[in-house]
Amino acid sequence: MADISFVRHQMLDPQAPPTSQSGVVKWLRENLFSGPLNSVLTILALISIYSLIKGAMPWLLNGVWNANSLTECRQIIADSGAAEVGGACWAMVRVRWNQFIYGLYPVAEYWRPTTAFALMFVALAPVLYYGLQRANALMAGIVGVLLVLALWGLGTDGYHIALSAAVMAGLTALAWVAPKKLVWVTLAFPAVAYWLLWGGSVWGTVGAVAGFGLFALVWSLTQRHVGVVVAAAIGLIAAVLWWSLVQSHITGVLAQWFPIELRYVRSDDFGGFLLAFVIGITAISASLPIGILLALGRQSNMLLVKTLSVSFIEFFRGVPLITVLFSANFMLLYFLPPRTNFDLILRVIIVVIIFASAYIAEVVRGGLAALPRGQYEAADALGLDYWQAQRLIIMPQALKISIPGIVSSFIGLFKDTTLVALVGLMDPLQGVRKIVLSDTAWRGIYWEPFIFVGVIFFVVCFSMSRYSMYLERKLKTDHR
Amino acid sequence: MTLAIDAPKDHFRLSMLVYDTRYRSYTIQFIVLLLFFAFLVWLTNNTIANLAMRDKDINFDFLFNRAGYDIDQQLIPYTNDSTHGRALFVGLLNTLVVAFFGCLFATILGVFVGILRLSKNWLVARLMTVYIEVFRNVPLLLWIILTFVVFSETRPQPKDFRVTDEMIAAGQEPAANMLFGVIAVTNRGSSFPAPLVDRPLGTVTIATVPVNLTVVATLAILLASIWGNIVLRRRAKAVQEATGDRPVTWWKSLLILFAPVILFLAALGFHWDYPALKGFNFQGGITVAHSFTALVVALTLYSATYIAEAVRAGIMAISRGQSEASFALGLRPGRTMSLIVLPQALRVIIPPLISQYLNITKNTTLGMAISYLDLKGTLGGITLNQTGRELECMLLMMLIYLCLSLMISAAMNVFNAAVKLKER
Repeated sequence: MADISFVRHQMLDPQAPPTSQSGVVKWLRENLFSGPLNSVLTILALISIYSLIKGAMPWLLNGVWNANSLTECRQIIADSGAAEVGGACWAMVRVRWNQFIYGLYPVAEYWRPTTAFALMFVALAPVLYYGLQRANALMAGIVGVLLVLALWGLGTDGYHIALSAAVMAGLTALAWVAPKKLVWVTLAFPAVAYWLLWGGSVWGTVGAVAGFGLFALVWSLTQRHVGVVVAAAIGLIAAVLWWSLVQSHITGVLAQWFPIELRYVRSDDFGGFLLAFVIGITAISASLPIGILLALGRQSNMLLVKTLSVSFIEFFRGVPLITVLFSANFMLLYFLPPRTNFDLILRVIIVVIIFASAYIAEVVRGGLAALPRGQYEAADALGLDYWQAQRLIIMPQALKISIPGIVSSFIGLFKDTTLVALVGLMDPLQGVRKIVLSDTAWRGIYWEPFIFVGVIFFVVCFSMSRYSMYLERKLKTDHR
Repeated sequence: MTLAIDAPKDHFRLSMLVYDTRYRSYTIQFIVLLLFFAFLVWLTNNTIANLAMRDKDINFDFLFNRAGYDIDQQLIPYTNDSTHGRALFVGLLNTLVVAFFGCLFATILGVFVGILRLSKNWLVARLMTVYIEVFRNVPLLLWIILTFVVFSETRPQPKDFRVTDEMIAAGQEPAANMLFGVIAVTNRGSSFPAPLVDRPLGTVTIATVPVNLTVVATLAILLASIWGNIVLRRRAKAVQEATGDRPVTWWKSLLILFAPVILFLAALGFHWDYPALKGFNFQGGITVAHSFTALVVALTLYSATYIAEAVRAGIMAISRGQSEASFALGLRPGRTMSLIVLPQALRVIIPPLISQYLNITKNTTLGMAISYLDLKGTLGGITLNQTGRELECMLLMMLIYLCLSLMISAAMNVFNAAVKLKER
């Protein structure tokens, strides 16, 4: 009987997987052509991408950067033999760049808003990286170098470049030696920026800041004895007395003896992205604390405080921003004492802050509501008073939860700064575009201003949203 | 031994108003009340002083005066001889119609995009992500103006649609064609086919607003059909519960839903009125101004991205276990989606959807950038400028928008309560 069994004595090499199960083919099959519906979708997507690229790419690539008018631009495109597809005239952006950024701000003073913008990053550094020596110094140093380059590019005179460079170098040194002291720069920044942007005598700004200093001094002296709220009230009274009765006499004398002043710039001259950033950043930084207070008011046990907060929030969330802006234009004149007439930008900033704080309040309230009751009870059990509990236990957690909502409110707020064009301010989208179009050299240019402004807004808003996602991941401490 | 039960009897001292937490809240509320009243008095005083200085008073009589301006798009009859009050209503209806179409289209597009972004198809998911990020991060005002410019600058003039005998003889095509042969989009406006009947039922005027009885009757028949269909399905469900077999209902449903309305319209002699080029512009059909179309298109494209994100978040909030359990029960993917995932996702989706609808309604005010005459354009724009009654116009307008927002959120909250998870 023959032995028909067969035993293999050596291992076979593993076979290569079939081509349909590996590499590109597998990826394509799984991700693009997994079924009839998916295949149709893929083909549709490919067709739409192709038509988009075919329509837009030649136009973008044929763009002309060096020309002084639209006709010259079109001539250059026609000469290059691309008259059929046409081309973008980016020269408009190059020629009108300063106007898009600064509006009608006096050319000789361009260094002021630029420096204020650079100082903003230094002021922001302690907020983003509190106490981190390297990060703070790096931020101040890089911003300083960029500032000097930008000022040089703007054609600023040597004196101001040297001054700005010295200030930035000093701040970098401060950030390296004592990074925690940089918080004082953050606190002083609003006043410095106001003085840089609007100009006038330095003593007016110093006097206003001294009022806040007086408030802080009185508060810290009396807070131990009478409690937080009463101390704040006393401080506020002292500050108001200083502002209304004392300040103008002292600052007037100082302005006579030591006349330090910058050329005064009227608000009508603000425009472009300078305006968008001034309104956006002021409103963002002021609406957060007010929104937190409103949210606390809404959660309060005191019926009256709660009712007032709820009606404030619901009113401003219920009306469109444009109507609020128009009331800044028309109605504020009726509500303020007769013959007070202050600047339209300031009025707009105030109403935008009020409007945005109502939205922030709702977002923060969501964060407060998401905290378990145990947190409040534990804070009470530790014997913390209301403000201590809020500051140490509740707010750090509630704000962490509401970061995505807060940042998306900020993004919305920044996008809404374009609406100020409708009350006659010169925002980059409407105001500056109209100025450009009213020039005979650029009449008839449609797409380029939109694309330019849109790209800048996209970059700012997109990076804000990415930063909030990064922050969310960084602060995520729960175990999942 | 002393017991701690007898707490020392506190006599009320004045300092307890500040230090004792039992009384402090009353002190604070009292101070807040005083400050609030002081603020109100200050505001009222200023307003009175300012009004006196400008020789004005608060008076809403201007609403009954002749308006004297024209409004392009009017849903109720309006001429420039009508009152400012009527102009207000025309504007309010224009706001509502934009908000309605904006919400409708944005929801449809948003749900599609939201689901496609979760698709396993790599390319489609990326494409949707790009669309969402681009439209979310650029101001709405830019999209509105851009859409308006695209419509009014790149579309051909009406004369480009003209087809003459010589062109037909020479075999030439006109410079521009109508969409599907029935919709004409020129640089002046869009013309759509209009539904017409030969034997209309006439109109009834209620409070100076003419109501088309044909439309009312058609709507009534449609509602009755829908109600009939609901009854039919309820019966079928009862039979299914009792016997386990579901009777076949689809052809009955179709019959109930469509037959009455088709019969009714056929009896009245229904036909379409197509726009046609006569003279220098299109005549016939319904002509819609570009300000309306651009506003609806831009609002839809912009708000759909937010709705898409809400839909995506809602679907992702449902744990995988739910759909796995449903597959284990033998349900097909389509039924899993409609019976298990969507009802649960809806609860997460609806609250952000409410705020998006509110945002769309409030964002219709941006129409003023392209001179769309909504409530902001009539009451808060031309009426305000003509009468000079800033205080009255602004207050009235804010009040109307506030009521509108509160009504929308109330309606959506009722719907939310209906689909919410019923606990205990």
